[in-house]
Amino acid sequence: MQPEVPVLTGLTLEALTKRFGPVTAVDRVDLNVAHGTLVCLLGPSGCGKTTLLRMIAGLEEPTSGRILLDGTDITSLPAHRRDFGMVFQSLGLFPHLDVGENIAYPLRIRGQSRAAQNERVRQLLELVHLPGYADRPISKLSGGQRQRVAIARALALSPRLFLLDEPLSALDAKLREAMQVELTQLQRRLGITTIVVTHDQREAMTMADLVVIMGNGKVRQIGPPVEIYRRPADAFVASFIGTTNLIPARADGAQGAAVPGGRIPGLLLSQTSATLSVRPEDIALTDPESAPIRGEVTFVRDLGATIEVFINCEGTEIIAVEPPRERREIRPGARVGIAITPERCVVLPP
Amino acid sequence: MIARWAKRLFFLAVALTLAMPIAVVAGVSVNERKTLTFPPHGFSLGWYGQIFADPGWRNALIASVAIAVASSALAVLIAFPLAWFNWRRDAWIGRVLQGLGLAPFILPPVITALGFLSFWATAGLYGQAWTAAVSHAIFLVTLPLVTLTLGFSSIDRQIVEAAETMGADERTVVRTVILPLVLPYIVSGYAFSFVLSLNEYIVAYMVVGFTVETVPIKIFNALRYGYTPTMAAVTVLFTATAAVVFALIGMFGDLPRLLGAWAGRD
Amino acid sequence: MKREKPRSAADYLPVAFPAAMLAVFFGVPFGIMVAISFFRRVQGGFYEPDFVLANYGRFLSVFFGSVLGFSLELAALVAVICVAIGTPFTYLLTRMPRRWQIGWLVGLLAILALSEVIIGFAWSTLLSRTAGITNLLAAVGLVREAWSLSPSFGAVLTGMVYQAFPYTVLVLFAPVSRLDPSIVEAARTLGASPVRAFFNLVIPTLRNAILATIILVFVFALGSYLLPQLLGRPQHWTLSVLITDQAIYQSNLPFAAAMAVFLVLISLSLVGLATLLARREAT
Repeated sequence: MQPEVPVLTGLTLEALTKRFGPVTAVDRVDLNVAHGTLVCLLGPSGCGKTTLLRMIAGLEEPTSGRILLDGTDITSLPAHRRDFGMVFQSLGLFPHLDVGENIAYPLRIRGQSRAAQNERVRQLLELVHLPGYADRPISKLSGGQRQRVAIARALALSPRLFLLDEPLSALDAKLREAMQVELTQLQRRLGITTIVVTHDQREAMTMADLVVIMGNGKVRQIGPPVEIYRRPADAFVASFIGTTNLIPARADGAQGAAVPGGRIPGLLLSQTSATLSVRPEDIALTDPESAPIRGEVTFVRDLGATIEVFINCEGTEIIAVEPPRERREIRPGARVGIAITPERCVVLPP
Repeated sequence: MIARWAKRLFFLAVALTLAMPIAVVAGVSVNERKTLTFPPHGFSLGWYGQIFADPGWRNALIASVAIAVASSALAVLIAFPLAWFNWRRDAWIGRVLQGLGLAPFILPPVITALGFLSFWATAGLYGQAWTAAVSHAIFLVTLPLVTLTLGFSSIDRQIVEAAETMGADERTVVRTVILPLVLPYIVSGYAFSFVLSLNEYIVAYMVVGFTVETVPIKIFNALRYGYTPTMAAVTVLFTATAAVVFALIGMFGDLPRLLGAWAGRD
Repeated sequence: MKREKPRSAADYLPVAFPAAMLAVFFGVPFGIMVAISFFRRVQGGFYEPDFVLANYGRFLSVFFGSVLGFSLELAALVAVICVAIGTPFTYLLTRMPRRWQIGWLVGLLAILALSEVIIGFAWSTLLSRTAGITNLLAAVGLVREAWSLSPSFGAVLTGMVYQAFPYTVLVLFAPVSRLDPSIVEAARTLGASPVRAFFNLVIPTLRNAILATIILVFVFALGSYLLPQLLGRPQHWTLSVLITDQAIYQSNLPFAAAMAVFLVLISLSLVGLATLLARREAT
């Protein structure tokens, strides 16, 4: 968790809460987003991330708490006065206007001249790599092109905050990955403060400067992507980001920690029991006779680039990932040895 | 194989049965003499000209069109804010009014007609032409109400929210986003109401039947008191108008969807 | 813009005009009509504000009873015939290509828009001696001479079925077009002919919709006020005809109003029933 430091610049959320009847969708969220960063709100569906974004946008009224922008309280400011640009999950493009008219909409309703509108539209279409598309009808665009028009439209007024709600979920896998890179590059180029909601942790890992993991309406962890991967704060975060093995462990005095199937020598626990999070790539397979942990292979999945080995250690399933050059002839039913170094374990409460 | 031909035969039979009465009326309308004969003796389109030449029929036509134009406009003016309110707000009064708006059309028309008769008679306004327009507007308000409710429900709320995040307040949103999207439904609601008002008999009859003759009223009177092929001509004219209006809606709008909603209302 | 509850008086503003119009021009007329049904009829075509049940008492006469009975039977017959023909018709219609569907819908709507006067006129012409079918048959020599097919019960029935048929198709259109086509396709792969699939699968699936439609067409048919007069004899008059007759020609507004109230109650309860059935179908 970020320490509570009175920071005045950027977007600040103070104890922001949203209740729908008996259900608490967002539970006392504290967050500060510095200018120019790209933040991803990440979590499983129903964790409250979209509700949080909508409150920031002004589309949802908080039950309690405050939203501050550079120190000014904007909590009760209606959406149309907030000077934020937003891209919606269904994109929200106006079907009765063409591409140029869609992008120019925010300029038009502010009374800007036709010339100014056209110039800005041209600039924005260049920015999103759709030059000359101004007169196209929306219905004639592909999914990726619509995406870009929505982005261009949201950025038309150079807003202070750029909000995106699962923007890439409607795209197919290849296009999504390409757009992730493009969006990140766009954000870096403009330097605009951006908040993206996503349930795809690969997306968050690719794009974010800062990841906010949410579960059940609460913030579980905030940090740069790699740190969250390496040092998950709890079992929820650990299992949400990438795959991990959650292994129950007992302190075994000077011997280290006892785990199903053996021991991890050198791992000293401060409590009597704990849960260890160990990434599959940190599990080393060795000769069963001399290994500190022993188990039986139940399943092998050869994915070409990697091999996943499922091992049963006294009822606990452990997954190990091996690169193909280490491909040994491991078959289901074989006995195998596991070595885990203490540095690779993240110790979590039991 | 047989099934396919049976199906075609079935549809042909229905089409014939539906078209036959109108076809016969069309045949009667071109009869040269002032008698009710089919097949027609001689051929004359003169009776169609009579619709506009004969002052009785011409005035009836003008009355019918005037009432239809006015009542449909009024019906849309009542239906639009109600449909908007029920889309924007969740209030019991909206639901009550929606029910009231659907009621006149679901009940047997005699009842609505009688209600209006009692009302205008009690108010001492019986017989004035504008009362027919108001009565029709209420009677037919169901039509634009249904099309507009469908129209509003087809608006993706995220489009509206997008407009809000771009700086549009509620009035701007209505003006620049909602109205353009809902316009086709306004038009089709008006068109439905117009066609039905043109053809409507019982409400008009009970409300202004003795002072103003609309075309259906004149046809009925002609049936009772003196046949003339002009009746047949104007029948063909009105039927054709209805067909053209609906065909236009069919071409430019989504008729199956509109009707899916219409039946769903029941 | 979410669908929220109204918070201030200003939020109710849009609904002020519709509410006023509907209250004044629908609610009040209705109320007045109910009130008049309790008034006392005075000779000479007027009525006096009063509270008598005499108008409703006339319901207990044999005459009224027979008219009511006939009305209900006729409406039921029309409803059953229309739905019997309309269900397979609508089913086949929804399987047609879109352009054909639209064509048919336009035609059906055009007929639905026709006033009862026009339908009555058209059918009385079609069934007449000088201009009708029999005249055509005589002209081609199939019969010796033409005769008039109306007024008769058959004529009334035909006219009313003609009037109610487009309505039937339109009411059935929505539920039938929502039918899952894979049900019938699955049955076909299991060996059922299209006809058998229709009777064994489609009809039972649409059971609630069919029942609801019968009820709605019944109410619709009850509303026929001219066809029984134009195509039938006085013994074929229905309740709606009687109401019109009493209101206009007999100048007996209170009695007409009483019958109208009665008709409203029947119609509303039937429509309510149909709505319930339709809702259960949708879930």
